[in-house]
Amino acid sequence: MNAPESDWIEVRLNGKDQRVPPNQNVAGLLAELGLDPTGVVVEVDGNILQADQYQVTILTATAQIEIVHFVGGG
Amino acid sequence: MKPLVIAGRTFTSRLFVGTGKFGSAEVMAEAIRASGTEVVTVALRRVDLAAPERPDPLLSLLDRDRVVIVPNTSGARTAEEAIRIARLSRAAGGFDWIKLELTPDPNYLLPDPIETLKAAETLVKEGFIVLPYINADPVLAMRLQEVGTAAVMPLGAPIGTNRGVRNGDMIKIIVEQARVPVVVDAGLGMPSHVANAIELGADAVLVNTAIAGAGDPVLMAKAFALGTEAAEMARTADPGGESQLAQASSPLTGFLGTD
Repeated sequence: MNAPESDWIEVRLNGKDQRVPPNQNVAGLLAELGLDPTGVVVEVDGNILQADQYQVTILTATAQIEIVHFVGGG
Repeated sequence: MKPLVIAGRTFTSRLFVGTGKFGSAEVMAEAIRASGTEVVTVALRRVDLAAPERPDPLLSLLDRDRVVIVPNTSGARTAEEAIRIARLSRAAGGFDWIKLELTPDPNYLLPDPIETLKAAETLVKEGFIVLPYINADPVLAMRLQEVGTAAVMPLGAPIGTNRGVRNGDMIKIIVEQARVPVVVDAGLGMPSHVANAIELGADAVLVNTAIAGAGDPVLMAKAFALGTEAAEMARTADPGGESQLAQASSPLTGFLGTD
């Protein structure tokens, strides 16, 4: 089940390089990061994902991922 | 007192409160309750993936039956960036209300009028209820109203400065010309400042820094609620006009010692 590290791909996550296993979907990434999927929004390569797309969206090398949430603001 | 209506929604409170800069989420939530506000602003930011803990989602602390949550587009420097934030906010929580805030200038955080108008046009077309933060420019306020914004939100002074309404003459012109509600946003530092804004004709006010930055934010939230309500009550009471000459309050007849 666990792919060797050499097969991992590099994505860009919130402005930083991040290595993820091959065939990682967005739901898996959120789980890996300890994030509650209902508390965040995910954008991949400029496309905003709906929650029902988290399972079917597989991360590809060089994907630009933004994970955002609400914070206090005026 | 007349309720405030924005985009068909009725509000009793004319005090909007921002959720930034509070010392803790609990104090923020308590101050929001104490303020009696029905409109609160929030910001959208990257999740800090390096943080050791995942904080409770902000939205879980706000009672969405009681308050309308208005994400802002802070951090955006161009219309394109603001539109992106608005769309993300909609995806994040189904929020259609958006405080359009486009402040490329880091020193005074003054809003860019051209980018603001461009973004407003697009967001209105996409069905957003757009509340644009602007300098107190009556012409821009009219242009925004024409493209369909639900309100206009001129600043009283730069964000976070607590300096009060420094542009009262322009606010008055905006109020005189506007068909949409006018919300004085930014720079209001004391309850007298919000009262001043409402006395100038503003329909509502937005306060964040002055509450969050107070030694006792919950008490200050109440003070701002009272200041806002007092001014609105006075407006409803139809104030007597000003005059140059003194107008005696006591009868001018029946003085002692007269013949």
